[in-house]
This record gives sequence, structure tokens and C-alpha cells, in this order.
Amino acid sequence: MSHQHPFAITLDVGTSLANRTGTWRTTKPVYGDHLPPCNAQCPAGENIQGWLFHAESGDYRAAWDVLMRDNPLPAVMGRACYHTCEGACNRGKLDEAVSIHAVERFLGDLAIREGWRVAADAPPSGKKVLVVGAGPSGLSAAYHLARLGHAVTLADAGPKAGGMMRFGIPKYRLPRDVLDAEIQRIVDLGVELKLNAKIDDIPAAMKDGGYDACFAAIGAHLAKKVDIPAVSAGRILDAVSVLRSMESGEEPPKLGRRVVVYGGGNTAIDVARTAKRLGAEEALIVYRRTREMMPAHDFEVEEALEEGVAVHWLRTIKRLDDGEMVVEKMALDEKGWPQPTGEVETIGADTLILALGQDVDVSVVTQIPGVTVNKDHTVAVGPDLMTGYPGLFCGGDMVPSERTVTVAVGHGKKAARCIDAYLKGESYAAPPKAAVAVHDRLNTWYYSDAPASVQPTLDLLRRQSSFDEVKGGLDESNALFEARRCLSCGNCFECDNCFGVCPDNAVIKLGPGNRFKFNYDFCKGCGLCAAECPCGAIDMVPEDL
Amino acid sequence: MLKQIEGSHAMAEAIALCRPEVICAYPITPQTHIVEGLAEMVRDGHLNDCEYINVESEFAALSVGIGSSAAGARTYTATSSQGLLFMMEAVYNASGLGLPIVMTLGNRAIGAPINIWNDHSDAMSVRDAGWIMLFAETNQEAVDLHIQAFKLAEELSCPVMVNVDGFILTHAVERVDIPSQEQVDAFLPPFDPVQSVDPAKPMSIGAMVGPEAFMEVRYLAHHKQMRALERIPAMAEEYKAIFGRESGGLIRSYRCEDAETVVVAMGSVIGTLKDMVDEMREAGAKIGVVSICSFRPFPLDDVRQALLDAHRVVVVEKALAVGMGGVLASHVRMALRGHPTRVYTLIAGLGGRPILKSSLKDFMARAAAEPHYDVHFLDLKEDLVSAEIRRMDAVRRAGPIAENVLRRLGPNAQTVL
Amino acid sequence: MSKPIDNQTVKFYQTGTLTVGNRLLDPEQRTVQASAERTNAITCGHRACQGCGEALGARYALDAAMRATDGQLICVNATGCLEVFTTPYPETSWQVSWLHSLFGNAAAVASGVAAAQRVKKRPQVRVIAQGGDGGTTDIGFGCLSGMFERNDDVLYICYDNEGYMNTGVQRSSATPGGARTATTPAVGEAPGNVFGTGKNVPLIAMAHNIPYVATASVADLHDLEAKATKAMSIRGARYLHVMVPCPLGWGSAAHDTIKLARLAMESGFFPLFEAEHGVVTSSRAIRRKVPVIEYLKPQKRFAHLFKPDNPHGSEALARLQAQADENCRRFNLLRDEGAV
Repeated sequence: MSHQHPFAITLDVGTSLANRTGTWRTTKPVYGDHLPPCNAQCPAGENIQGWLFHAESGDYRAAWDVLMRDNPLPAVMGRACYHTCEGACNRGKLDEAVSIHAVERFLGDLAIREGWRVAADAPPSGKKVLVVGAGPSGLSAAYHLARLGHAVTLADAGPKAGGMMRFGIPKYRLPRDVLDAEIQRIVDLGVELKLNAKIDDIPAAMKDGGYDACFAAIGAHLAKKVDIPAVSAGRILDAVSVLRSMESGEEPPKLGRRVVVYGGGNTAIDVARTAKRLGAEEALIVYRRTREMMPAHDFEVEEALEEGVAVHWLRTIKRLDDGEMVVEKMALDEKGWPQPTGEVETIGADTLILALGQDVDVSVVTQIPGVTVNKDHTVAVGPDLMTGYPGLFCGGDMVPSERTVTVAVGHGKKAARCIDAYLKGESYAAPPKAAVAVHDRLNTWYYSDAPASVQPTLDLLRRQSSFDEVKGGLDESNALFEARRCLSCGNCFECDNCFGVCPDNAVIKLGPGNRFKFNYDFCKGCGLCAAECPCGAIDMVPEDL
Repeated sequence: MLKQIEGSHAMAEAIALCRPEVICAYPITPQTHIVEGLAEMVRDGHLNDCEYINVESEFAALSVGIGSSAAGARTYTATSSQGLLFMMEAVYNASGLGLPIVMTLGNRAIGAPINIWNDHSDAMSVRDAGWIMLFAETNQEAVDLHIQAFKLAEELSCPVMVNVDGFILTHAVERVDIPSQEQVDAFLPPFDPVQSVDPAKPMSIGAMVGPEAFMEVRYLAHHKQMRALERIPAMAEEYKAIFGRESGGLIRSYRCEDAETVVVAMGSVIGTLKDMVDEMREAGAKIGVVSICSFRPFPLDDVRQALLDAHRVVVVEKALAVGMGGVLASHVRMALRGHPTRVYTLIAGLGGRPILKSSLKDFMARAAAEPHYDVHFLDLKEDLVSAEIRRMDAVRRAGPIAENVLRRLGPNAQTVL
Repeated sequence: MSKPIDNQTVKFYQTGTLTVGNRLLDPEQRTVQASAERTNAITCGHRACQGCGEALGARYALDAAMRATDGQLICVNATGCLEVFTTPYPETSWQVSWLHSLFGNAAAVASGVAAAQRVKKRPQVRVIAQGGDGGTTDIGFGCLSGMFERNDDVLYICYDNEGYMNTGVQRSSATPGGARTATTPAVGEAPGNVFGTGKNVPLIAMAHNIPYVATASVADLHDLEAKATKAMSIRGARYLHVMVPCPLGWGSAAHDTIKLARLAMESGFFPLFEAEHGVVTSSRAIRRKVPVIEYLKPQKRFAHLFKPDNPHGSEALARLQAQADENCRRFNLLRDEGAV
């Protein structure tokens, strides 16, 4: 190129591109997708940040599709999941956690309203899988297996699918039309649903039906008992039976005027609130420990208290007499454990409902060769959820785990992946997990201030007499607002900060949805991009010098 | 068009005829009347399409000029003395950037002691700044040189300084032929810069240049001045063709044929010297004058050729290189290097001291007997400096020289010239 | 498929305008820097130190001005870091029309360039002069004041890193009290820079009654770009004073450049405001107030103030805090703008 201008003192624009300042660098920035704490926490393995990302831009269909990759029951989970993700949410340290469940529910409800469907991701494999138990775990497994191209038969002993979602969770928490719609969508995927089909001999059923594998998730339905002397045995009921009877079309149980529930879990709360709705003047929970030690979730306890349910902490029931009950006060010892004090008091009670937990009915598996039953009446499974009987996998409440709908759904997904691998003669290896995007990684200055949206709540008056859903959903604008509260921890959300703050223009913008890449020819390794990345998606890595 | 006009106003009219687009003005005596004249012409509509900018200092004056010239506008400014020193950094910068700015320097002494009268100290202080430096002998030449200066500057992309003796020229009212606009337009084409800051053709002007290329940049600046040595006489010819006058050029000789003594000088003193030569020639002396019009570039060859036949050369100069002697004389010696001609340094007219023809004649008459290697001072008050030197030798805290000299001159100091 | 949501119904955009870009905002509400089509007035390959605030500030301001003027821009640069690191022969990083003359004359040179545009009848071509704090508040101050006083059509941008960094970190009239520089060492009775009455050039600019004066920071890009854009919408003399931290001169980590600018802003130590014709018209409210020591502590130039054996440390810190408090009062920085 000929230079017409004066020598040396005048230069052609942009010629410094010849000076590759990348050689100055001792550390280099690297983009990564770190594991957001919500995702890390989710027992169902949801990519929460991933679907919120799409919801943030109002692309609810894309959000729902990402959600459905892990969880076939978003409308159910948005209600029934105890959303431990929100406890892990980094936004909680800023103002309040993102109301993840509310957005999930919004997406689930929207999908039902819009009739969104998913299709199988893989062509038919020619393999047949039997799923025993149409609870959350079985439904999840059936769904994922179907998406993986396998022919699935889902058998349940009961008259309706849903398991504990139907027979354990009261409908004021989970309306049945929602449950039915999400189950139907799984069936519509091609899953053959067989109801009132109790399977006593799984190996035989597999052999007879030509199934290549079986996933059993029959749950834990046997109520735990405690020996309480009582004048009339009829006055003592178990929570599982009471809740089940609400669904079976039978006459609602006669519980009397004063109902006492014994236990401190979520089931105890559910049954006490149900009793209240059935007309009990008094619904009293007796729990042998303190409120802090109660396994029931705080918000449920709060709602119950609002509705007039009373709780007696640090009490054990000694005996049930006609119309009254003797309880003994407990006190915490120096280690924090409740110890009897010998001091007793009397409480008026017409019915005692035991909510002390459930056991698995292991009779269906004890005879199967190779299957081991644990001391706590759960079934022993390997890391791939397979029992000692080849091709038989178990999950949900019947294997050692926390017993929640979310864990069950997660088991279903995991089992489906492991079964898929088993059917291919392989073993499933989960992809390695990225490091968790902890709060310290974030530069929270960049996030707009915004407290969490509040879900509408049914009037207290109506909550004491009807089984209408207590919590309402977010409307679209609220859901959008809530989604946008997500900090996108550890995952680039294309805020352009790195692109903007680089003093050396060494970040290349790849366009919407494609994020960025570094131009290492010029990056001097100052680290401004990493420091000013709001979500901590950039690591500074030492260069090999 | 012949006018009886003050030199400054004649120059202002000539500059206006050159259609300057930006004029930066800051007052300093004795150039002030030039920019005042231009201000009037801009205000009264004689000079259109011209931005007249009242700046806050000489440094700003030339800096604004650097900007406007770099942006492609024909740019003019003027200064004198301290003002030139105050803009010094920009003086070098303008030439370094190759900006064809034309600046009038109303030549004036430099303080302290502060002195507003004429000499060439200011011009000599910027002799190596990379500007073309022309010296006018008369106000007619001052007018003509400004017109040539714009053409020369723009052809070579080099700033040109037109030196006019303060008061002697700037404030003298005499007959001057002011050219017509048609003549000037025929001589001076519109400014077509080799480069300019322009968003349409972005470039970076004013880069930092290190040891790898700085010497080459300087060499090229020198080369530009060497080209000017060819262009300046050619341009004087072109000028003559249109305007019918001899003006400018590198040097001019006056009655130098067979001259044994040749006097060399710059600026208005040439007029006095010519009168002196006429008188001395009439009396039989073989004497002539060489006028240096272009001090930068310095026409070594032309000067050498003009002086080769002389027995002695007396350089009359209005500046003193303190601790050295004459600046112009050094140049002349350089021109005559290897040749045995005696070159005398005669410092004259510092701070406005009148250069008397009689004093000059005295010196010329006795020059052959004077040592040529000394620095001679015309009409130096020997008794005054001797007394002051004695006093300083005797008293440690002798106080400031200027005030002491004034005190010694007494209440009639202003009239003792 | 549900009807597409109108994004504008929810006036909350995750990071709002706090980040450089935001895919949730309408494109015209995003910064110029968020655009892949930005001018990059300074391109790659310049020789600024790692984490240079001035390289950043200059690109921010000029890219915004380039957009505002549709590329019809000429930049005049004072001598200093910005000039040296961008144009060592034979390479330049500038992609705009650029002219460098001297250390102390950028404002005057720009006046000349602007005059040339007027006389050439090119009103669309706009002129920016720029320099560091030394070239602006000290050596270039005379020319700056002259340009203001004449109300020449020039935007002067000062990139203030509070010292002569190019020559090895010496004190300028913009160096804060107590700061250690090469010419105000942290030794003796009053270590670091003296506490004087200061030289607040934005306020001095206002005293010229020019149409527009603003301060900005690399820590608030939207604000900076809005001010640069507004400045380009106005004719006459304008002044933009941008704080640009200098890792070398401040003794701070290269990756802390924006953080420090943010802390200066959020502590009130460097107030952001706008003034028109000598009257303050707006200020940027502090979002999350921090004490000045949070700003000072990561900088080695203030390290001596935190030494327990420095008898004057706490007094100096109190004076610096008092300056910030006075800024908060003077520019009303501590007002509740409401959430979001």
C-alpha cells in the first residue's frame, strides 16, 4: 500500500492490529458453564437456570421444553415440590430467593392451557419396559423411557394414576385436573397405562409380557404404627388412609369435632388441614420435638397455623381415653434431644390420626431372586438403581432416599437413563458436574433490586371449609418478573459486560444465543471480564509459560 | 494599487487578499496593528469566509492554527518577541506536523529587560524550529512576501514565518503597491493540503516516533528546506511575472561588483546600508551590500558565490548570540568556509538602538584595521559598560544591570540615543 | 403457542441498565458498547497497561460520540498515556480521525479544527478534544479555559486518573489528598499528597457558563454514554470529566479498575452530575452507599493511611470521608430513587 501522507508522523488507522498483545498474558479468561446452586440442589436434576433463561425473554415454550427434558410434571411440581432450590438460590443472599416454583407452575399451567406436547427424541428402539407403580417416580420413568424410544407399559394397582400425588397430597395443594392433565400428556406420548393392575410376580410379568426391563416404584403406603392404649381402637386412624379416602370416592371419613394428629412431618400437616376442611372444630398436632426440629416445611406449618390448626410441641401421647387424651411433656436435654419429664396433661380429642411415617410393602419383591431388602424395609439398589435381579430397577419411596415427589421424579429420570443404557448393553455414566457457582463468584452489583413476587393466596375464610387450591399462580407479568430475578449463576446470559469492559477489545460477540469468545491474540489477561461478569461465568486460568 | 499606508495595514490587506480561512489573534506589540487590520476586514465584510479567533495566548494562537491548518484551512497568525517564545513548543510542532501556516513575526527584542523595540533576537531564537524564515526589507516586500509565503508553505507543507522589523516596518507609513485580488488569485491557488484530519478519510496524525525513525523524519524536514532553496527563487520569478516586481528570492546583492567590502544583513537595515553604500561608492569606496531574504533555508551556496570576490565581509546583525557573538555571521563564515575572506561581526540595533549611517560608515572605514575575529558592537556605550563592569567587580550585591545602567544614564535616559 | 409477550409490560430487566448490554432491553436502550457494530474508536493492539481505565473510558466516550455524530468526528489528543499507548510509530490503534499536537494545547487545537469545519461549512463534522488530568487540569488548563470562554464548538473530555501516569506517576492538581505519588512520597510529617483546597475543573468549567458540563465514570456505562451523546447534541463548548482508574498509578489490581471506579462513585468520592449553563441539572444517586475506606483500601497509593503507626492516617481518612460526605450533600447523591 502506498502511503501518500508524511512519513512516520501520520499513520493508517487500525494498524495496531499487527501488535499481538496477547503475549503479555500470564492468566487467561475462560468461559464456563458452572452449576447454579438451584440446579445442584434439585433432586429432579432440573436445569432451572436453563429454563428460567428462556422464560426471562418471554419464550415460555422454550422454557417449558427445557424444563420437560428433566421433569414431565411441571404443573404438579410447581405446586407439590418443596423447592429446596430456593433455599440454595444465591438471590436469597441479595434480597429474596427467586420464586422458582411459582414460575415452574406458571409454565406447567400454561402448557396445559395451550395443550403443549412433547415427542419422543429417539426412534422406536424395539425394547419393552414395564413400569410398576404410576406414582411420580413411575410416571417420570415411563415418560423418559418413552422419549428415549422404548415401548412402556405403566401398571398401577390403584384405580387412578398419580400415586401419592393423588392419594397423599390434598387437592387444596394440588388440584386434580392439573394432575390428570400432566398424566394424560405422558399417556399421550404412547405410554400404555394399566390401572387396577396389581403385579405380584414381577419376573413372571416381565417374562409373560416380553419386557426387557422393569422399573418398580410402588411407593411406601404402609402407615407406621405406635402402640397407644385406647378405649376404643376405632378412634385411631392413620394419615395415609384418611388422605386416601378423600380420593377414593368413598364417603369422607367421620373424624369428630376434635381431631388430634400425631407427628411432625408434612403428612401430619396435610391431614390436620384436611380435618379442618372436613369440619373439625379443633385440629391439633402433637409433636414430640420443637418446631425447629419439625420435618414439615415451614410454609406449610405457617399455612396450617393460619387456618387454625394448633400445634403442641414437645409432647408425647400416653393414651387415648373416651373424648380425651393424656400427653406427657417433653424437655430437650443438653444435647438437644427431647426427654420425658413425667409431667402430663389432658387434651380433648375425638379422633387420633397417626402421621408417623410410612413403610414400603416389600412383599412384592422379597421373593425375587437377587433382590435384597434393607433393615428399614427399603429395597437395596446399586448406583444405577438396579436391584440384584438383572433388568429390575427400583426407585421412589421404596428405595433409601428422601421421600418427596421431586426425589421420585428424579429417580424416574435416572432409572430411565440407566435402563436405556442397560438395554443397549452399556452402563450409564452421568456427565461430570461443573463446579457450583457459589455466591462469591457473582458480581451482584449489576442486578436490579427486586423483591420476590407474592403468589395470591386464597382467603382464609374459604380455606377452612373448601378444598380449593390455597395458592394461586402467578400471572404472566408476575412470572416474567420473577424469571428475571434469576441471577443466572455461573452461566452466561449475554449481558455484554465482558464484551464491553475489555480495554483491549479482545472479546468477540457471537450474536444472540451464541454468547462470546475471547480473542487471545490481544487479550492481555487483565481479568476485568471475569471481575465484572455478573454471574461468574468466567474463570481466570494460569497460562502455561 | 498604490497606497500611502502603514506597514501593518498594508500587510493586513495583503494577507486578506490571500483569502485566509482562520486567523488567530493575540495582541503583542509591534504586530498588533496587523491583526487589528484583519479584524476590521473580517468584521466589515472585506474578508469573508474567515474565522477570526481571539485566543488567550500566543501558545493558543498557534495551537488553534495547528488545528485549523491540520483540518485543511488556510491559516494565519502573527506574533512578536515574548509571544513567540510563549508559543515556542507549538512553533516546533507546527513544522514537525508539516502544517503550512503563515505567521508574521514583528521582530522585537526579548527580555529581560523587557523591551518592545526592534531587533532580531526573537527570530534567531526559532532559527532551528523547522520554519521557512523570510525577512522583508521594505513594506512593499513585506506585502509581497506574505503572498509568496502562503504559496510556498502550501506547496511544501511547511510553515513560513515572514519577518518584518517591528516599528521600523510595521508602524511606518509609506507608499505601498497593494496587489489586486485578481493578481493574487492568479498567483496563489486554493489550499489543497497533502493531508487533513477528515472523518471521510480517517488517519492518525501526530504519532510518537522513536529512535527507529526520528532521524529520518528530521532528515526529511531538512530535505524539505533544501527543496525550498530551489522553489524560493523560482517563486520570486513567478511573482515578478504577475506582479511586475522583484520581491523575495534567497539573497539580493546591491552594488557588489568589484566590491572589496561587502556588508551582509537582513531586514529593513538594508535600506540604510544601501544609502551608506551609495554615499561611500560616491566617495570611491568599493563596497556593496548583500541582503539575505531567506534565512531558513539558509542559501549557503548563493551567499558564498555573492561574497567570494570580496576582501572582507561585514555582517551587520540585530541579534546577539550571548556568549558566542553573531548568528548570521556564523552562517556567513560557514558559507565562506575554506575561503580566506575576513568576516566581521557587527552587532547593531539591539532593543531598538538606531543604526546610524554615520556610525556604520565609521566602522566600514576602519574595518580593515579592526580585528575580524572580535565581536563588534555598533555604538556601544563603552564608558557605561566599563563603569558597570568595574562596579560589579567591586560590589558583590551589585543589583540588576538594567536598572543600574538606567540610573547611570540619569533622568535623560530616554533622550541620550 | 401463547401470544408473544410485550416485554415492555414488565419494567424489570434482570440487570436493567446496569450491565453493558441486556438482551431483555429494546436494542435502542442498550449501550453502544453492547453492539458488535460499535466503532471501536481504539482497536486491539494498543499498548495500554493491563486493565487500563483510560483505554476503556476513551473507547466508551468516543464510540458513543461516533454513534451520535454518525461517524462525523475528529479527535484531538493531548500528549499523555492515551496518546503514547495508541500511536507509537508505525502503528496506531485509532480508527477515528485523530490529531495529536502537544501536551498543553489539545483544547486550542480542537478549537482550530472546529473553526476549520465552520469555515468549510461542514457543520456535521464535530470535534472532540481529549486528554488526561495533567493535560487538562494543569498544563492544558489555559487553553481549556480559552476554549470554554470562546464557547468554541468542542467537546473536551478529560480522562482523570488523578496523576501523571505516563511519566511515572507524579502528582497532578487532580491527585487526591493523601495519595502517594512519585513526587508526593509517603514519608514525613504529612505523607502523600497535600490536602489543599483542590482544583475541581468541572466546577471551574461551569463557572465559564458553557452549555454543558458533566462528570462520568467507567463504572456506569449507560450514564457515560448518555452524557457523551447529550454532549454531542449540543453546540458550543462542552466538558466531560471521566474517572478512569489506573492500576499502575493507583497500585491496584488490573481486574479492579471498574470496581474502584464504582466504589468512588458509590462512596460519593467521585460524584456524577450534569450542569447546563453553570447550573447543576442532575446527579446520579448513589445506589449502594459504601464508606470511602472501601474505595481507598484496595489502592496501594493510600496504603500508608491504613498503617497503625501512621499518626495522621485516621485524620487523613476522615478528611477524605468528609469530602465524600460533602459531595453527597452538594450534589444530593443520597436520595431514594426507589427499587428497580
